[in-house]
Amino acid sequence: MQADVAFSRSSMPPRRQRFRVGLLFMLPAFLVVAVFFLGPAVWAVYVAFTNMALTGTGAATPSWVGLDNLHKILSDGQFFSALRISLIYLVGSALIGQAVLGMLLALLMQKRRPVFKSVLGGIIVACWVMPDVVAGYLWFSFLHADPMGLGTGTGLLNSVLGTFGLTQHAWLQEYPMAAIIVANTWRGTAFSMLLYASALEGIAPELLDAASIDGAGLWARVRLIILPMLKGTIATDLLLITLATLSDFTLVTVLTGGGPGFDTQLLTIYMYQHAFKFYELGFGTAIALMIIVAGAILSLLYIRVLNVEV
Amino acid sequence: MRARRFIPTSVASYAVLIAIGLFFIMPFSWLLAASFTDNANLGTVWFSHVSLDNFRYIFDSGYAKGFKNSIVLGVSNMVLVIVLSCGAGYSLSRYHFRFKKTLMLLILFCTGLPVLALIFPLYAMYVQIGLIDSTPGILFFFVASSLPFNIWLMKNFLDSVSVELEEAAWVDGCSTLGSFVRIVLPLSAPGIAVVGILSFIGAYTNFFVPFILYTSADKFPASVQLFSFFGSYGQVNYGQIAAYAMLYTLPAVTLYLFVSRIFVKGINIGGTKG
Repeated sequence: MQADVAFSRSSMPPRRQRFRVGLLFMLPAFLVVAVFFLGPAVWAVYVAFTNMALTGTGAATPSWVGLDNLHKILSDGQFFSALRISLIYLVGSALIGQAVLGMLLALLMQKRRPVFKSVLGGIIVACWVMPDVVAGYLWFSFLHADPMGLGTGTGLLNSVLGTFGLTQHAWLQEYPMAAIIVANTWRGTAFSMLLYASALEGIAPELLDAASIDGAGLWARVRLIILPMLKGTIATDLLLITLATLSDFTLVTVLTGGGPGFDTQLLTIYMYQHAFKFYELGFGTAIALMIIVAGAILSLLYIRVLNVEV
Repeated sequence: MRARRFIPTSVASYAVLIAIGLFFIMPFSWLLAASFTDNANLGTVWFSHVSLDNFRYIFDSGYAKGFKNSIVLGVSNMVLVIVLSCGAGYSLSRYHFRFKKTLMLLILFCTGLPVLALIFPLYAMYVQIGLIDSTPGILFFFVASSLPFNIWLMKNFLDSVSVELEEAAWVDGCSTLGSFVRIVLPLSAPGIAVVGILSFIGAYTNFFVPFILYTSADKFPASVQLFSFFGSYGQVNYGQIAAYAMLYTLPAVTLYLFVSRIFVKGINIGGTKG
């Protein structure tokens, strides 16, 4: 390979040669993506129409079952329950929690002292870079209640409430949905905050000063200048956190395991249960395919909305 | 008038920020306190009987292997993704070719596929080609699933690195590869830092992919070990869980702190170009 490039350098016009180098630079990345990322996606389309399983008849010779899996999903009440829970989780924790809190933080932190900014920013980012499983344990302990006196101790939130004479709650059992939404907001806000902070740096300060001199208040500046200028970043952020939240599994599994009952069973947990607990790989993949299709639709929508120039 | 209104705004900002900061820092108290406490439980939120026994236990009992496995996954993914996405991002940023638009749309489309849903078909595929329980198999998937977003990030970043310097180097007799290594890469440091951090943390902290694809316990990364080992015992030692979680979290946070200064410069995507 080395010799080939060296040879072509002397015999080809520079433009052509550079193009070759460009192709060489690009090829390995796309090869890996095609085989190990698009491969499974295409494979999913096949598996979803079979009765492939890890045990039983579908294990040895998976056979084509047509739309059976799809039919089974659509007639399963649990699927719709999981879909509803995933959507509430998505809207509550990502679109409202992370994006709004992230924007608020980015705006408020803009003109604060550098030391304050790095300490607060560091804390918030630490929540984001820490492993999912650890974040799950942190919130598990934070929200813990021990009403039966089993010696597991009372978590910080309930201790604080107790100190002020307020009612303690077994949050994970009584308000499981709210608990996972708050926990995921805590976990993911840093990403939105960083994106918005970076985009805010690109807005010329003169523009805001000029608006300020013309009498625009803080809210007017945010609404009329900052938000419109950040439109692209906001759309990007919303799509990325939407996909991350659709794919979330670990945090909720550690915190509630999908329970109590099926109260926090996300689509991904529902899918996991079928594919690996009940060994129905074909059925599980059919559910996966539906999530992929949902992601793909969102992706196309996003390309349209952003009007991406490539 | 305007000056007088400005001061309360700034005070109010600090108050709101400190309140938000408290919300973010409170759950950490258990991690810090319980990891240094003997016989800690879920209610241990302050230091009382400080000791290092929990940490000692983690190292003595051989659980530390999980960290090594996680670091191997994280670092390999980081290196591979940086190399591959720099190459691809550079080509996409600097060259014009016929299917470029299609290719960029395809990358964006791939960014949109939920990674977790792909693991089921991947599992089925890996069973057929014998890549279950193999570290390279898991790494390939990590790299492939990190690449679309990181290529896109890198391409956007490289678009903001000026071409003139490179052209000047070519005139002076520098090769394409030479100008890439000596000019483009140093100028892309913020972009590379972001790609590196995101890909390291993505693989280092991932729970679900190794949880599904690994079957032998000695290959488990820290995430799977933390979830399964400690849960499977009759009585849970919360102090040891906290110590384990602490050791597991530190590298990720430390790595971020190292590059935090240039991070914000590198993560500018889809927005105003400064």
